[in-house]
Amino acid sequence: MGETVLSLTGVNGWYGESHVLHGVDLDVRRGEVVSLIGRNGAGRTTILRAIMGLLDRREGRLEIRGHNMSTTPAYRIAKAGLGYCPEERGIFASLSCEENLLLPPVTRTDGGMAMSLDEIYAMFPNLKERAHSPGTRLSGGEQQMLAIARILRTGADILLLDEISEGLAPVIVQTLSRVIQDLKARGFTIVMVEQNFRFAAPLADRFFIIEHGRVVEEIAQADLAARADDIRTYLGV
Amino acid sequence: MTEIFGVPAPVLYGQLLLGLVNGSFYALLSLGLSLIFGLLNIVNFAHGTMYMLGAFLAYLLLEPLGLGYWWAILLVPLLAAGLGIVIERTILKRIYKLDHIYGLLVTFGLTMVIEGFVRVYFGVSGLRYAVPPSLQGMVDLGFMRLPIYRIWVIVAALGLCLVTWLVIERTRLGATLRAGTENPSLVQAFGVNVPLLVTLVFGWGVGLAAFAGVLAAPLMQLTPQIGHSIIITVFGVVVIGGMGSILGSIVTGLGLGLIEGLAKVYYPEASSTAIFVLMILVLLVRPHGLFGKQ
Repeated sequence: MGETVLSLTGVNGWYGESHVLHGVDLDVRRGEVVSLIGRNGAGRTTILRAIMGLLDRREGRLEIRGHNMSTTPAYRIAKAGLGYCPEERGIFASLSCEENLLLPPVTRTDGGMAMSLDEIYAMFPNLKERAHSPGTRLSGGEQQMLAIARILRTGADILLLDEISEGLAPVIVQTLSRVIQDLKARGFTIVMVEQNFRFAAPLADRFFIIEHGRVVEEIAQADLAARADDIRTYLGV
Repeated sequence: MTEIFGVPAPVLYGQLLLGLVNGSFYALLSLGLSLIFGLLNIVNFAHGTMYMLGAFLAYLLLEPLGLGYWWAILLVPLLAAGLGIVIERTILKRIYKLDHIYGLLVTFGLTMVIEGFVRVYFGVSGLRYAVPPSLQGMVDLGFMRLPIYRIWVIVAALGLCLVTWLVIERTRLGATLRAGTENPSLVQAFGVNVPLLVTLVFGWGVGLAAFAGVLAAPLMQLTPQIGHSIIITVFGVVVIGGMGSILGSIVTGLGLGLIEGLAKVYYPEASSTAIFVLMILVLLVRPHGLFGKQ
């Protein structure tokens, strides 16, 4: 595994007046897939939003590729090579599928990570067929693929994916699983928030367990079987 | 003489033309108002004032500076957009997170201040701005005579509306703008400088209003109040068309201008209230306006 490309140290976060992140420490290395797991409301989505600068207030240190980005405005975070796929997918209703796909500006051309439109359409053939449909006429699975696809052509090499398997049919979840493996093979660094542990389990190199707005434990892929009972307790299943 | 439903045809055509002219102003103003509301979430009460200011700036360019109509139509929208950008950067950006009512109040305050300055400088008696020589005269269509200037107003206003619409619906910038209207924080997370986009859109909207003001200058007595009378109607247009709908603003603006014109011919007493009666009816049937989304 490579050097640390994304790190949070003592990050606190607020939605309005309510304090939701309490000292998050987290590091992600180049080319790895990590998964944030935990109960609903534990703060997993909020951690991704904190990284993207989408909270009302954030304190603590955020470093991307060793650069301190703690006070960087939200619109500059993406330029550091981050691609964000929000939980609600964020497909724009007034834009066609292709307009949605082309919306995020290409922010880095030097990294060589940007996929061309042809490569993206090869990975998600459905999106090509639906290019001119309004974004919200797409099926749930197509919308999810669109939400992932559109951050692949910007040059971002760190992908933050929030609950991408949520509410989708098993066959589509399998497709997404292959997509994640493919992206990992291409060298993308991926941070996944997942409720569906069975989806995340074979994909992630490391798991961060989130409780009450902080990271309470880190488990490596190799220890997964041995720690299965603990994980079950943490997830409350 | 030919009559249509008991009204002499030339009178009817004349009023319809007037309706189209007014409708063009409504379209330009409500388009800007819609754009601004869509992206800034601010009900810009000062929009009529920017229209008024457009007319007075044209006058100001002519009177001491000697710059005529064509200079005015080029420079005034830019000057007004500049003023709009300053207002957005210094005042409006502080209130985006607050309730709509604050935006309405602060822009209402701006209206008072700007109107006050205009009143002090120009007085309230009303000024005249001449139709530029190149657009004077009439065209005889056989069944009616059309003043060239009014044709120009309709063509210029609708042309600019069309350009704005094309930019919004057919370009990358427009797609970013539409996305920003739906979910500004996500667009920001994609690396788009949304605060800059917001500033530019406000400048653009204000520029459209000032353009309308220059177009209207030769058609009326210029008093500081001209912004008031039109902004109320334009609010009606925006509500009927659907807040934030671009096409809705243009179509409704023109349509209501025509309806007003017809009302003036057939039932003059209702001409100034027709729009609001229609607004009530539309709100009863379609609370989000004719072109609005749920």
